Formats: sequence, C-alpha cells, structure tokens
Amino acid sequence: MKKLINNPEHVVQEALEGMALAHPQLLRVNTLPNFIVRTDAPIKGKVALVSGGGSGHEPMHGGFVGKGMLDAACPGAVFTSPTPDQMLEAAKAVDGGAGVLFIVKNYTGDIMNFEMAADLAGMEGIQVRSVIIDDDVAVENSLYTAGRRGVGSTVLAEKVCGAAAEAKRSLPEVAAICQKVKDWGRSMGMALTSCTVPHAGKPTFELPEDEMEIGVGIHGEPGRRRMPLKPADDIVDTLMEAVIKDLPYQNGDEVLLFVNGMGGTPLIELYIAYRKAHQLAEKHGLTVARNLVGPYITSLEMAGLSITLLKLDEELKQLWDAPVYTPALHW
Amino acid sequence: MAISRDDTLNWIKACAVVIAENRDTLVELDSAIGDADHGANMHRGFQAVLGKLPELAEQDIGTILKSAGMTLVSTVGGASGPLYGTLFLQAGMPLMGKMEMNLDDWVAALEAAVKGVMQRGKAQAGEKTMLDALLPALDSLKQSQAAGEPLATALVLSAQAAEKGMQATIPMIARKGRASYLGERSAGHQDPGATSSYLLIKTAAATWAAG
Repeated sequence: MKKLINNPEHVVQEALEGMALAHPQLLRVNTLPNFIVRTDAPIKGKVALVSGGGSGHEPMHGGFVGKGMLDAACPGAVFTSPTPDQMLEAAKAVDGGAGVLFIVKNYTGDIMNFEMAADLAGMEGIQVRSVIIDDDVAVENSLYTAGRRGVGSTVLAEKVCGAAAEAKRSLPEVAAICQKVKDWGRSMGMALTSCTVPHAGKPTFELPEDEMEIGVGIHGEPGRRRMPLKPADDIVDTLMEAVIKDLPYQNGDEVLLFVNGMGGTPLIELYIAYRKAHQLAEKHGLTVARNLVGPYITSLEMAGLSITLLKLDEELKQLWDAPVYTPALHW
Repeated sequence: MAISRDDTLNWIKACAVVIAENRDTLVELDSAIGDADHGANMHRGFQAVLGKLPELAEQDIGTILKSAGMTLVSTVGGASGPLYGTLFLQAGMPLMGKMEMNLDDWVAALEAAVKGVMQRGKAQAGEKTMLDALLPALDSLKQSQAAGEPLATALVLSAQAAEKGMQATIPMIARKGRASYLGERSAGHQDPGATSSYLLIKTAAATWAAG
C-alpha cells in the first residue's frame, strides 16, 4: 500500500496543521482538544452549527467551516467518531447565546459521543439541539440494525442550516430545517475499490478486479451486495432506482441531485454518472433544480460514488442559493 | 484474600499490555465486520490511561477507575470510547473511598458497569456486542458469590464464562453497532468488542487470582 503520509499516527494532526495554514482567513484550528472553528466565532445572536465525525471523509466536515455553513467541526481519528470533550469545547467556542445545533451522522459511536457532549454542554448552560442524519437507503432492515447511516444528505444539511443560521433564524427553526433535509434526502453509494485506513495498513475489504460493492458505507464497511462490475449507466440506474422509490419522490417534485465521489474517482467519471442520474431523474418526472458534483463526503482513496436526492421547496432552494464561503464550498 | 488498590493499578497496567499485544488481532476482527479501528483505538486509550496512573497512585479504587473511565471517554473515540469509559466510570461508583475490595465489591462494581454499558449502548444480550462477554462474566461471578466460592476461583470462572460468551458471538447476527449493517453477513465472525471485554476480564483473573 502506498500513501502520501509521514506517519500513520500523525495523519489527522498534520492535515489539520495544513488546513490552518491554507485557510487562515476562514478558520482556525484548536488543539487539545481538536476542533476547527470559524475565525469570527462566536457570533452574537446567531445559532451556531457544530458537526463532526471520523476523519478520512474530507472535505467533510472541516472543509465546510466558514461563513454560511458550519461554525465548528470536530475531527476524530480516521473513521472514528470524535470524543465528547471536543464537541463540548467547540460548542463553548461558538455559542453566541442563541444555542448550538449538533448535526450528527447516524453511527453508533457518533451518536453516543454527541449525546455525552450534549449532556455536558447542557450542564454548562449551553442550549443544544441535535439532528441525526440517516439517509442511506442501502440499509434496509432498520428494526434490527443501528438504523440507516448518515451520508450525502449531511453535506446538504450543513449548507442549508448554515444559511438559515446566518439569516439569524432561531434554534428551533434551524433544527426544523435540518429535520426537513433529514426527511427529504435519500442516498446510496457503491465502491469499485476498498480503502486503506492508515494505521491498518491494508485494504479494509478485498474486492476482485471484476466486482463492485453496491450499497457501501463511507468507512469501507461492506455494502448491501457484491456483484459483477457493470457499465456506469447500469450502476447509476441501480442506485437511482433504490433512492427514488424510497421516499418516494413524486412526479413533478423539484430535487437537488448530488453526485458524490468517494475519494478515488476522477471528476470525469462523476460527470458520466451525473449525466445518467440527471436523465433518470427527469425520466421519473423530477425536475433537477439544483445540483452538486464532486468529492464532498469521501472514504479515503476509495473509488466509487454515492448519489443523493433531496426534495426541494422554495425555502430549501433559497437557503441553498445563499452565499457560502468555506474551503470546500463557496459561492 | 482481597483485591488491594495496588492490585487494581496492576490490573489496569496489565490491561494496557494485553490490549497492546492484541492490537492487531482486534483490528483484524474489526476489519471483518466493522471499520478496522477497534485495536488502534483501544490501544490509544489504554496508553493514555497508563500515562494517568502515576498521579492516581495514592487514590482510592473508585477514583482510580473513574479517572480511567474519563480518560477512555476522551481518548478512544468511536462507540468504544463512551462504552468502555462508562464501564470504568460506573465500576468506580460503588468503590468510591475503598482501598480494597472483596468478591461482593467486585460483583457490585461489575454489575454497575454492565448496567451503564447497557444504558449507553441501548443493547441487550445476544446482539453480538461486548455485553455478550460481560454478562456471562457477571452471571458467573454472582453464581460463585451465591455458592460461597473463594475470590480466586470466582475470578477464574468468570474469565472462562467471558471466553465462552465471546466465542458464542461468532454465529450471532449483529443487531447493534456498525456490524449490524451487514445483517446476516455478520455471522461467522467473532465480535471485536466482546473480544476486548473478554481480555479485560481475563486479565483481572490473571492479575488477581494469582496474587
């Protein structure tokens, strides 16, 4: 395995140092405990958005810290949830008196650590609300599992909630918008290759040259089923069908179509997939009113993609279009 | 025979060694049904606890376990951080102020610990988790307590029960944690959390039953 690193133990810290040097006008990096925070935080009277999760999904979440998106992001070790002390200190650093919204992806570790952090922040007098994103339709049997994983919708939730917070909407209002994204967003991913966690040193799973994993998560965890490799259009067809029928999206709905790279797939291939996904959406009578294409929630160097559909209304469209200025998203 | 404060410190030190020795095994088990980080995270956490021990050397058993728990919470991450942190935090509660413990104390500590883990993880027996090693260990201790077994025997039996419980996770279908996403594909693999829990219980027996 080849990796462009110095030492597996220093991966997260050295990447954070790089981010701090690259984006001094947008963010600052706190250490002990680790969190990335907007340079202008806390902003008086503005709801503060805090997210976080394991590292290895860059640019999520640190790359979304800045004006119009997150106030702080807490990076854990690679593929490992951050710890409650990180979220607590981040919440303290960004609370401008209007409360803090935790945007949490539905993974057992993330939930438990954010829960402990919310308890601790509450004890310090900070008002905290949490919304748990669980949009991965690949996880079918939610009665007997930890439930659906949080994937692509997380990025969209952070963008629109960030815009709502910037517009000085209240904590219950921002939380309600986050809940709307959770309710209206659906995703599914696939992998062509595994990924290698730096400290593990070898691929998390073996995937033969002529096979692919459908319904894969963002941590190299195996997916719904393994099948022979197919052309891009067929793969997109499989993912789109699962996503569209899950909500279900109705003829005439406006949607945001998000084609996300897993880290090792070039943009040229993502556009091939976007082309087909866009055509299929229109074939189903959906209007693709907004879109996002690129690697935004990745799984280290995994080759593959995920597709997210978010149903839109006027409010979500306005919030999506509002200015954002972060390392990874800006307009 | 009783377990002294120093025995407790020695147990924690021995746990750090055992976790270090089994780091790669735990990573491997976690690669099969999880995300390949359990060994590395537990190792990081126990090394941090090890670093904390010198300043705890004069404290009571409850305080030592509580501090170990707080350290695990802030250094392990993942689900294991809150779970193992809670295990040690809650184990420390009934032992606050105590400089030594007998079988009754250890049963009370482990019972509080297991209850805490069940609440934090919202899990039950048979869901392919650390509880599948911990619950049999606790049950065995209670049986030994009722039968009036000596402490050393009780510890050895509880380690055997934990080992059996750990092995029993192999055919189970995971219902909690990241392995649950695999559904039936999680069967046939030993649970990494049950394995690390067994290692801690086994190390308690190895450290205390010999002494």
